[in-house]
Amino acid sequence: MSEKSQSTNPPAEIVPIYILGKRYDVPASLTIQKAMEYAGYQLIRGCGCRGGICGACGTIYRFPNDSRLHFGLACQTVVEPNMYLTQIPFFPGNKAVYDIEAIEPTGVEIVRQYPEVVKCMGCNACTESCPMDIKVMEYMSAAINGDVKRTAELSFDCVMCGLCSSRCPAEEVQYNIAILARRLNAKYLTPKAKHLEDRVKQIDEGRYEVMLRDVMKADPAELRRLYIETRQMEPAMADEMWEPEDKRFL
Amino acid sequence: MPYTAELKKLIKTVESTRAVRVERKKRGEEFPAIPVDQRSDILQKFHPDYREGNRKEIRVGPSKGYAISKEIVTLLEAKSRVDPAKIDLSEVDIETDILVLGGGGAGNAAAIIASERGAKVLVATKLRNGDANTMMAEGGIQGADKTWKDSPYYHYLDVLGGGHFSNNPELVYTLVTEAPKVLSWLEKLGTMFTKYPDGTMRSLHGGGTCRKRMHYAGDITGAEIMRTLRDETRNKRDKITVLEFAPAVELLLDTDGRCAGAVLYNLETEEYIIVKAKAVVIATGGSGRLHIQNFMTTNHYGATGDGLVLAYRAGVPLCFLHTVQYHPTGAVFPEQAEGLLITEKVRGAGANVVNIHGEQFVFEREPRDVEAAAIIRECSEERGNGVPTPTGKFGVWLDSPMIDMLEGEGTIKREFPGKTILFNRYGIDISRDPMLIYPTLHYQNGGLEINSDCETNIPGLFAAGEVAGGIHGENRLMGNSLLDVCVFGRIAGKTAANYVKNIGKQGKLSIDHVKKYNKEVATLKQADTPVSPMVLPDYSNPDVRKRQLTSNYVGTIR
Repeated sequence: MSEKSQSTNPPAEIVPIYILGKRYDVPASLTIQKAMEYAGYQLIRGCGCRGGICGACGTIYRFPNDSRLHFGLACQTVVEPNMYLTQIPFFPGNKAVYDIEAIEPTGVEIVRQYPEVVKCMGCNACTESCPMDIKVMEYMSAAINGDVKRTAELSFDCVMCGLCSSRCPAEEVQYNIAILARRLNAKYLTPKAKHLEDRVKQIDEGRYEVMLRDVMKADPAELRRLYIETRQMEPAMADEMWEPEDKRFL
Repeated sequence: MPYTAELKKLIKTVESTRAVRVERKKRGEEFPAIPVDQRSDILQKFHPDYREGNRKEIRVGPSKGYAISKEIVTLLEAKSRVDPAKIDLSEVDIETDILVLGGGGAGNAAAIIASERGAKVLVATKLRNGDANTMMAEGGIQGADKTWKDSPYYHYLDVLGGGHFSNNPELVYTLVTEAPKVLSWLEKLGTMFTKYPDGTMRSLHGGGTCRKRMHYAGDITGAEIMRTLRDETRNKRDKITVLEFAPAVELLLDTDGRCAGAVLYNLETEEYIIVKAKAVVIATGGSGRLHIQNFMTTNHYGATGDGLVLAYRAGVPLCFLHTVQYHPTGAVFPEQAEGLLITEKVRGAGANVVNIHGEQFVFEREPRDVEAAAIIRECSEERGNGVPTPTGKFGVWLDSPMIDMLEGEGTIKREFPGKTILFNRYGIDISRDPMLIYPTLHYQNGGLEINSDCETNIPGLFAAGEVAGGIHGENRLMGNSLLDVCVFGRIAGKTAANYVKNIGKQGKLSIDHVKKYNKEVATLKQADTPVSPMVLPDYSNPDVRKRQLTSNYVGTIR
């Protein structure tokens, strides 16, 4: 504990952390990101959404006398006393350039785009480094086995921060392989929404032209009336195929 | 941090009323919605937009006299970051057909479409490509595509009603008729929408919708759309170049008054870069990081309203900036998560909003401004039904465990994987315990005036996404922002690509509009004239800044 915590005035507990090896004393309730700002950094790299989804602030840390590495997003991880940390705001990674219309949803295609995928040695360092608790190694092995759908589903929460790649002895770029799998899965292995196709056709044929142009011309009073009277509310618990009584505007 | 003993005790009260509320919901009984003609009463009394001293008239520029949030006015009544006399326009660093400012949903959509029409595109973005509010949108994207129960007609009325009938009808028409086309485009690009096994889209209600048309990808819909678009941008590297950490600080015009490029600032080397372009698309997003009225915000780090400033200096008028959107449900506990967005999809899936006594006080699917005002009222002295937090704030409960009771065990984990992981980190299981929430600054309803081709009043300058105004009127509904960025991003890309084919010879580059604007600002005789665009918010420690004796800050950044 630093001397600051003895002070009666600021009630916040102060703890030491080591940013890039240098000690700063910061309030214990802060996230790593806010602690860096408190320490005096103006963040440019390593800061994006500040809400745990953009993957800008991947951070690696460890504690004295602890052999293990720890991983987190700086915006989501609360500081702990004596943590030694560095951000990895960027890590070089290859991205295959492909025409999504011209490729196949198969494991062979994934190997064609990312031949290194088969070099995975199953060490699990990727999974252990994932701040989103994704089973990275499992989706990599699904990719090697040609299970595109499983690769897509297991990697769905990936924020593409790159920590997995930074730890990979086989030099894989797991998150890019994952997004290829997700796009292939969504485009080719999931049935298309038939109703969407039908609706686009209806719009292109001009089905709503007159209806919409009429309501666009309505004066404010008439508009309010239509808003109140013609919008039957679909009940919250109605099943998917619920139909309104008034079908004039469909 | 897990709930404190005091909060755990209060959660018991919520639990004691939950079974009855779930039964009511199952029977189709909802808390009565506030009638349309009474919405304005609660807004005027409790919505932050209407607070005394919030709005201020702009004293310079094309919308002089228009009263909007004073935090934005400060940026508009500011001088340029760089003395325009120092900028040497005879040396152009980069030339391109189309310069897209902003790497969010609208910017990437515009770049993709423009490149497919043969244009050479440069995307310049403040942070990384994809660091944008699009990435953070959670709940969904609207589109009236269920042919047996919904249509663009209903979508149109919902948008208008949500916006208090003030929206620009042509823009809304474009939004709702393009919506199914955009969903189809995203499906074709390989966006992982949550679907039934036969391919039918799953969809939910949002606040102010009469039909369930909120399409989603788990609870990270924006991230899924953003990373798909970004991946597609990266696949088009023969046509699209992306320049990261290079925000625009001024637009450039040509001597004929057409937009002809921009001045970028390399945040790392601190040099200024002159880009000459045949057309510019402004897709710089919103302004939550201005922390209007000191509200917490859900917005990403770069949301400082830069595009408004740039275009306003060049002569583009503003609209609908007199209202700002506060998302009804931002986290207020734990402290580390304060301001964090809790998607409206939680309410769309059936969760009630309840007070300290475990009572409902508002229908959970009111339009956002009405919902937010009702929560603020509940926590006000008048009602005094807010739940106190350990940091001295107040909130109300968002009763997420209802969802599993309504839709079956495991629904929350399946439908809200992102929030489940996040709250687990704090030792809170949102399928067992409710979340404590309060309104948080979320969206810039208004912005630059555009038409339905994304044209501004300046030839060669186009705008799309959150930076533009008129689509949502005075209040946006959930799921129409992801839609907006895709619809108007695509249109901006198309219009700009067509425009650059026929512009003839460009005049000489000019920055005279900035010189003129600076002079107008100088007439205000402010004691300390601010500098804009802001570029990044200032979250540094003031004690540290005091000791940075040799640092020179221009605005908030060195």
